[in-house]
Amino acid sequence: MSRSDGPTGGAPLLEVRKISKNFPGVRALENVSLHLRAGEVLAVIGENGAGKSTLMKILAGVQRPDSGEFQLNGETVTINDVRTAQSLGIALIHQELALADNLDVGSNLFLGQEPRRGWFLDRRRQGRLATEAMSRVGLEVAPETPLSSLSLGQQQLVEIARALASGARVIIMDEPTSSLSQGETDRLYLAIEELTRQGVGVIYISHRLGEVTRLADRVTVLRDGRNAGELARGEISHDRMVRLMVGRDLVRHRRPTQTQGSPALEVAGLKTPAHPRQAIGLTLFPGEIVGLAGLVGSGRTEILRSIFGIDTPLDGEIRVGGVPVPTGSPVRAIRAGLGLVPEDRKHQGLFLEMAIGPNLTVASLSRRSRWGFVDSRADVRLASDLIRELDVRPPNPRQTTQYLSGGNQQKVVLAKWLALKPSVLLLDEPTRGVDVGAKEEIYRLLESLSQRGVAILFVSSELEEILRLSDRTLVMHEGRLAGELKRDQLSEESVMHLATGGTE
Amino acid sequence: MKKLIGIFGLFVAVFVLTAFINPQFVSAYNLQNLIRWTALFGIISIGAAFVIITGGIDLSIGSVIGLVGSLMASLLTRRSWGEGTTVVVVLSMSLAIGLAHGWLVTKVRLQPFIVTLCGLLLYRGLARYITDDQSQGFGNLHDGLRQMATGRIPLSSTFAIPVPLFILLVVALLAGVFLNHTVAGRHLLALGRNETAARFSGIRTDALKITAYVICSGLAGLGGILFSLDLNSIQPSGLGEFYELYAIAAAVLGGCSLRGGEGTITGVIIGTAVMRVLYNAINILGIPTHLEFAIIGTVILTGVIADELVKRMSARRRAARERLQT
Repeated sequence: MSRSDGPTGGAPLLEVRKISKNFPGVRALENVSLHLRAGEVLAVIGENGAGKSTLMKILAGVQRPDSGEFQLNGETVTINDVRTAQSLGIALIHQELALADNLDVGSNLFLGQEPRRGWFLDRRRQGRLATEAMSRVGLEVAPETPLSSLSLGQQQLVEIARALASGARVIIMDEPTSSLSQGETDRLYLAIEELTRQGVGVIYISHRLGEVTRLADRVTVLRDGRNAGELARGEISHDRMVRLMVGRDLVRHRRPTQTQGSPALEVAGLKTPAHPRQAIGLTLFPGEIVGLAGLVGSGRTEILRSIFGIDTPLDGEIRVGGVPVPTGSPVRAIRAGLGLVPEDRKHQGLFLEMAIGPNLTVASLSRRSRWGFVDSRADVRLASDLIRELDVRPPNPRQTTQYLSGGNQQKVVLAKWLALKPSVLLLDEPTRGVDVGAKEEIYRLLESLSQRGVAILFVSSELEEILRLSDRTLVMHEGRLAGELKRDQLSEESVMHLATGGTE
Repeated sequence: MKKLIGIFGLFVAVFVLTAFINPQFVSAYNLQNLIRWTALFGIISIGAAFVIITGGIDLSIGSVIGLVGSLMASLLTRRSWGEGTTVVVVLSMSLAIGLAHGWLVTKVRLQPFIVTLCGLLLYRGLARYITDDQSQGFGNLHDGLRQMATGRIPLSSTFAIPVPLFILLVVALLAGVFLNHTVAGRHLLALGRNETAARFSGIRTDALKITAYVICSGLAGLGGILFSLDLNSIQPSGLGEFYELYAIAAAVLGGCSLRGGEGTITGVIIGTAVMRVLYNAINILGIPTHLEFAIIGTVILTGVIADELVKRMSARRRAARERLQT
């Protein structure tokens, strides 16, 4: 992406100097500094636990630093709470949107700062101001539109517009694209470009390094609560960023493709409720890793859900190891040797209030039970084995899962299935919200599973992930399989070509 | 177990205070009554706990008690059915009621509150209809059967253990083993925490929920049999009225969360004991009985608030500790 007017010189819009923050017994940030110029996109990256969230919370006034100072336009300021941050023009756009979906767009934009006439809401002025604010982010909807009828991407733009309407000059975005489709992501990029043109400074936090490469004017890398380095526009590259984040080079294994024997999974004529007219057929061999690519909404998740029996397919046959599996029952699917690592880890994968141990053992309890009675000792042994095997941190089976990092949570969900020794493992966005180090661990785990003969079918929106893992890639477009790519045909272009409706 | 300390403390406090003010409270006669009623209420509260653990609620418990009690008395005395047949029939009926509730909640996807609220009205109406709203009783008959509720096993010359306590212990033991040591019990707890994740983990969520409703209504039926045998004078319009609320309150006092996934059988029994001791204390201390509901309501509210505060404090402490580890 090229931008006509680059960052301007002079005093930075925001300067953060030597911020430190300790939590009892742990140093979250140590002398972290960064600066942001007006009209600039600064990407802040780092692994989970590197201190990004703490730093952003401090900037937004949610937490107070132990030491360090802030300067806004060259003037020293203190940020005591969220209100002062807002009045200084610093706004944080959360990962989870904080909007009232029972109200219309205009009301959301001015929630808490409604234009009034006396005791009454001045609807007309609100409408005018709303249209104005939305045009600043390139959103064209009527202020009376109910928020709930907007897509997630549009809602995010509403949130950004709200920040602008309240006079924000520094906008912090925390993983803004994690739940957006490609089209929505592109819209967001345009909005960000527009913001920088208006002189707003954007701090952009993301795990998706491709995005960072595309968007950022500068990258600040954090590691273990410290500044690990900075990259200027010309220096930004995937490998450099990873090296700074991890503090070492990631070794890339290229696993030889090895498929043998008769099919592990055969799906024929599968029609999902989401795309009732498309019949899907696919075959997986033992030891094969197959990627399922496509745009968000192309029906990838629905295929996994139908194979696993969460949704009942309208039609079709599923065989595991040659044996037909009754559809519409996860219990039967699991018994047949299937496992599914679902898309939404927190709601579908984990029992958040429960400890790691029970989370690991719950799906396989009956395998170790006698006469329906739980074998607690075997469960404890299994849990500690799995924790060791996958290097779950902290390695404490009594720790509840809700405060684990994304990577460790995902390891717990994966391990739950390993306990069942599936012959076919389905994964939906296996590394969403997982940091680079843990990502690599998960990839290696999947590879070692495939070496043990497990057939793996995974859905991913990250092309890098597809390129990294797949022996074979199936690309979906609007509910149908648009094509299949072998390893030597696989490239970002070939995937995107098929995913956007091109033909082989 | 740590969670039970608070509620157990409350039990001891009310117990000791009442005994201190009026020593009659600890007389053998009063204690025996107290134990008998705690046992009867304990049985239905354990049932309520199962449904609450799934994240549901059963408002029909009192009406099931009323229907089972009325029908049993009517079958035994008016139609002269045999005792065995009658007990089997009324128990099967209550199990069928639970099955219907579970089916409506899981397969038709109705809200438990609505399903069981309709049950509350329906079974009460039926109880009154089949008995012409006439009070029922066993007179001097069926003394053998009545021993199940009124019988006592002498421990010493002054103290005898009411038979219902043994029934409660058997029920509690089975329930405790089921909940804590079987795969189904673990799955039930997990399902209460997160039903979606449970389904994704291959847990038979519908079957388990239905089972919970069957257990609940079944124990309500057992309670209905015992309550009517104990009272010997059964008002179809009044037997069991509000008992579902006592049962729910006891379960919540005993550590069940209405959000589901949490609860222990021991806790429920202690919760029940607190309720019964309070009720008894009001009577024995000469507090105007009109105040009964107000006092019980206040104590439960206080207990639940205190519990929530303690929980929040320990959660915060744990969260802080766990964040440090990760």
